[in-house]
Amino acid sequence: MAEWVCRALRDGALEGEHAPALTIKDSIATPLGFDAFCHVLSQLSTNISAEKSQSRALVLVAFSRSPSYYVDLLKRRGLDISSSQQWIRILDCYTDPLGWRERLMECGSAKNLSYEASNVASTCRNVKDVDKLFSSVISLGKGLVGQGKVRFSVAIDSVNEMLRHASLSSVAGLLSNLRCCDQISSIFWFLHADLCEEKVTAVIEYMSSMVASIEPLIPFANRHRGNSENLSLVERNFTKGKFHVRCKRRNGRVRVMFEEIHIGQSGIDFTSPSSEDGLVNQVNQGLLPKVQFNLQLSEKERNDRAKVVLPFEHQGNGKPVEIYDGRKSLLDSKNEAAPVSTGNSKINDDSSKGEIIYFRDSDDEMPDSDEDPDDDLDI
Amino acid sequence: MEQGTLLDEALGSLHLSGRVVLLEDCVETSAAFVLHHILKRSLSQPPHSSNVVVFVAFAHPFSHYDRILRRLGCNLVVQKDNNRFFFFDVLVDCPDGEEGKNSDGGLVALYGKIQKTISALPQENKNCITVMIDDISLMEVAAKGSTNLVLDFLHYCHTLVSEFGCSLVMLNHDDIYSDTVRPSLILQMEYLADILIRAEPLATGLASDVHGQLTVLNSGKERSRNKLSNFQFKVKENSVEYFYPGSRT
Repeated sequence: MAEWVCRALRDGALEGEHAPALTIKDSIATPLGFDAFCHVLSQLSTNISAEKSQSRALVLVAFSRSPSYYVDLLKRRGLDISSSQQWIRILDCYTDPLGWRERLMECGSAKNLSYEASNVASTCRNVKDVDKLFSSVISLGKGLVGQGKVRFSVAIDSVNEMLRHASLSSVAGLLSNLRCCDQISSIFWFLHADLCEEKVTAVIEYMSSMVASIEPLIPFANRHRGNSENLSLVERNFTKGKFHVRCKRRNGRVRVMFEEIHIGQSGIDFTSPSSEDGLVNQVNQGLLPKVQFNLQLSEKERNDRAKVVLPFEHQGNGKPVEIYDGRKSLLDSKNEAAPVSTGNSKINDDSSKGEIIYFRDSDDEMPDSDEDPDDDLDI
Repeated sequence: MEQGTLLDEALGSLHLSGRVVLLEDCVETSAAFVLHHILKRSLSQPPHSSNVVVFVAFAHPFSHYDRILRRLGCNLVVQKDNNRFFFFDVLVDCPDGEEGKNSDGGLVALYGKIQKTISALPQENKNCITVMIDDISLMEVAAKGSTNLVLDFLHYCHTLVSEFGCSLVMLNHDDIYSDTVRPSLILQMEYLADILIRAEPLATGLASDVHGQLTVLNSGKERSRNKLSNFQFKVKENSVEYFYPGSRT
């Protein structure tokens, strides 16, 4: 699945359509989203540097990690940034997002800090200005691929940080403008879903063609990770999770897939749902209370039940079913009933057995209702 | 230093450089003793001569920490004179009048001071720097309740972590956010933290010889080395005893 997602980003956009967009989201219970982001980033970078993808360059908007972190990351994956300046640029919104350092430098209270990644990074000193951010991304991308038909990809490492500095509408505008831009091949971003309101997550998800969410294998209700009963669970959730992918096809079909994500010594692994997970499901099923009776009827039992003649409706014996609906006057019914009772009295005497004449009230419950007839009693 | 306590074991034997440590406590169980422990550890861990601590105090004055650390066997005044302990008493340094001028509650200036202190250090002292903030909730008060401003400040402190490889230790109270629908600040801090230490009372209630339990979640740089430990403690006059549940007679 992760491979599938990476392929979709690699293949890029069709002519005249919006670029495919991927949202990667996680929550505090399984904070593995950033690892997944780094995985997608390095896969796409590998493809771009090998010129196997539609896009020829990558613009990384770094909010939550320093540019040197990404340089090291890509170096570890065997991609040398310094020699290949021509395919990646990092827009550094991490080092000085609000211009504090610049202000302090002007006051003379701080020195300018140099960092090694400066040859691929350019600093953004006011992330609140979303329009500026947009034009910086576009100009960095165009600087790499030039004007024309060549496309580039965009990665944003934290939508939460953007949302903290700007309103939802402007962030949504930025993302949507990036998707519409005809020089952008694909775009992906990462967010912690529990740091923003549900509607915010929904807005972001609507704007993406793929959503990869990382969920705990076994969810637990308690937010408190320190809860001692959950300790082993918590530990497990820190290295393992469910990688859920939901993608919208162009024809409107939605496809949902999932696999298991595992962070180990060797890095990140994606595996198809394992037998261990099946075991978990079995355990979950086993947790259903075992009862001595069936909760459902079999076909035969249902037929048998339908055949039972209820005592108060004389069905099938020729007499009309009389139901008292409250409209007949008392007098009428007495007049009507009197001859019947006198006619019958003799028989009654003869057979010396009692008879209950019951007229079902139209307001009565259906005869076979499951409801407790006394539940409205107030004792 | 107290070698081999369960807390040290959970934190790892090495210097915490490049790591963010978050202490979470509650009214019933204070985690201040962990802060003292880490302060002492940061100053006394080998190599002794080059460790530097920058302490940002919102909750208590210098004399308070001096008294406590003296009992633990660490003289802060001497460390201060040797330029290895820098103490910023925010409540004293930023009186209300000055604070009124800035909309940022003086946090930008505070960050400037920290950055200036760190960059002014001689090169050999730049390897083991610890920045400690004793109460984030009071920082929020100083920022006039602006969570965003606190997060901005923490972000800038985080840039120091990635730039100088220093460690950032901060304390916050978990329970004051329990009412908020979306506990954004504490959650954001948890995302920021590499090591989370949570102090809680015992689930079974008060006990005379156990004062609470600590849960340490140490997400190693290599993820496979994630370590989760849970143990109980008893705070004594000059030290703290750590033990596994049920292991004490």
